[in-house]
Amino acid sequence: MNQNQTFYYDRVVRQFSVMTIVWGLVGMLVGVLIASQLAWPALNFDIAWLSYGRLRPLHTNAVIFAFGGSALFASVYYVVQRTGQTRLFAPKLAEFTFWGWQLVILSAAVSLPLGYTTGKEYAELEWPIDLLIAVVWVCFAIVFFGTLAKRRVKHIYVANWFFGAFILAVAVLHIVNSAEIPAGWMKSYSAYAGVQDAMVQWWYGHNAVGFFLTAGFLGMMYYFVPKQAQRPVYSYRLSIVHFWALIFTYMWAGPHHLHYTALPDWTQTLGMVFSLILLAPSWGGMINGIMTLSGAWHKLRDDPVLRFLIVSLSFYGMSTFEGPMMSIKTVNALSHYTDWTVGHVHSGALGWVGLISMGTIYFLIPKLFGQKEMYSKKAIELHFWMATVGIVLYIAAMWIAGVMQGLMWRALNADGTLTYTFVESVKATYPYYVIRVFGGLLYFLGMVVMAWNAWKTIAQGQSVSVAIPELSHSQRNA
Amino acid sequence: MSDQKSSGFSHEKIETNYFLMIVLIVLVISFGGLVEIVPLFFQKSTTVALEGVKPLTPLQLAGRDIYVREGCYNCHSQMIRSLVGDTMRYGHASDPGEFVYDHPFQWGSKRTGPDLHRVGGKYSDDWHKIHLHNPRDLVPESNMPGYPWLEATPLDASVIPEHMKALRKVGVPYSDEDIATAAEQVKDNTELQALIAYLQSLGLALK
Repeated sequence: MNQNQTFYYDRVVRQFSVMTIVWGLVGMLVGVLIASQLAWPALNFDIAWLSYGRLRPLHTNAVIFAFGGSALFASVYYVVQRTGQTRLFAPKLAEFTFWGWQLVILSAAVSLPLGYTTGKEYAELEWPIDLLIAVVWVCFAIVFFGTLAKRRVKHIYVANWFFGAFILAVAVLHIVNSAEIPAGWMKSYSAYAGVQDAMVQWWYGHNAVGFFLTAGFLGMMYYFVPKQAQRPVYSYRLSIVHFWALIFTYMWAGPHHLHYTALPDWTQTLGMVFSLILLAPSWGGMINGIMTLSGAWHKLRDDPVLRFLIVSLSFYGMSTFEGPMMSIKTVNALSHYTDWTVGHVHSGALGWVGLISMGTIYFLIPKLFGQKEMYSKKAIELHFWMATVGIVLYIAAMWIAGVMQGLMWRALNADGTLTYTFVESVKATYPYYVIRVFGGLLYFLGMVVMAWNAWKTIAQGQSVSVAIPELSHSQRNA
Repeated sequence: MSDQKSSGFSHEKIETNYFLMIVLIVLVISFGGLVEIVPLFFQKSTTVALEGVKPLTPLQLAGRDIYVREGCYNCHSQMIRSLVGDTMRYGHASDPGEFVYDHPFQWGSKRTGPDLHRVGGKYSDDWHKIHLHNPRDLVPESNMPGYPWLEATPLDASVIPEHMKALRKVGVPYSDEDIATAAEQVKDNTELQALIAYLQSLGLALK
């Protein structure tokens, strides 16, 4: 065997791991800025490229696709090699996905503040960048499935099922939703109109959550939770059932973003029913993750990395309960368009996606740089509490604000007239916007602590090549 | 994994064959979108324009481009739901036939500010001019950003015909004459005037 083939290819994992932290810092800082703009509008400074409407897409794209995306690339490339006990397929192509993805992110960071946007949420990037995303994504799929094809272990480990579904579904979603007709360099119009555009967009939007932010991160969970806990996955059967149920059901849930709108009723009802069903496969994943700890609960006490992973699953369980509840039409009538939705998204984003990514990066950094553990365990503890308290402040403020807005907007006087003007609800929300800023700021500062800790760990370590272990007979065939 | 071997079909077939897994995943994720999206292209209510709904004029279209560029949809919906609280505050519930020329749709997902679907004619042009310059001059409690650069920026008339041609390709019925005269129609306007023209055009088909 080629000498090269005896080592895992981890360079690209290192690159993506480091960029996860960098883009986390950037995306969250922009989040703190736009949260502050809502509380203190003077912070828009009357400057076009600093105004809320242009920076909010920058925030969402940076945290989802730059921070979350880098964490996913890093873990996919790490996990598919370890679970297949083989070197990455086409390492040069993997390197291309790294530089290509960074180019996508930089293009977004420049073009969004300049006002180049398609005007579709979470898919704002203009058509030349869309094309680049598609190319990078196809290469990602080739590297991933190519590595699966050359695996030396008979079974495809469960984490890879989720990674595979995530990669395939995101490709389909991106291509269908980005169908647009160019109207010049960096200007295009959606190929779909009105109701159809709305349905395609929320089919995309909800499954960006379902596949990018859920299936991908469940793949992460299925590798790093058992690894860190040193316990096998709780139930193999549960993982099969909830995997197929989850990827089937998610694809139907989009219309709950369009309740009581001009979308036909039959579509709304379908969306609601499948959103309710979605609770079961979601909780299947949560239960499988948390119960993996059974018999090893004590490890939570002294292992802050494991705590990141397990608390992320608790937030996952919480937001996947809240989601189906909010998809019920009568509940949605109150919650939709309010800050409750923003709170819901952030309990998933900060709690689930953020914490599990941080846990994963804390797991990876020492291993990738030849260290036994992170430079400072105390700093991980500190980060954990800053992040958790930050999330609680954030989501509690948004819950209260959202329910209050929903109630104020529908309140009627005894004579049947509206009780409040719209701006009265804005005025009443200011205190909660301020609390939200502090919650978000705390979460961001936790990320700063992580960056410092990672910096110290990397500075005292060096890039290492890890040998691929020899397979036992049972591994080959089991 | 021994419990898997007893039954007729074993999941083992899938988890030992990556190609089979790809095929099955693509199959399983296809249903939802096909069932929910495809019929919408064939329903009359979602594809035929409501009476009185016309394609935007060149100036209104230029305004809509600015509306999208500034990300107004991040805080303003253009969708009045069929709920009493919505219709009392904003007017007649939105009808699917009002959006058939909207590429992209701008229904929004969050109301940090009020819904705008029927804002057309609700305020005067002068009101919008002051409000867009600095919202707090008119609404002290507002947290909306000011957009002073719109007044200072002349509208780029040269791109409008190209934009209309692109929209025609996706089904907006602009005639050759509409496109030929467009640049002439919008010249000597500021971006602010275009945006106000767009806002004033919103939701007039139903009241």
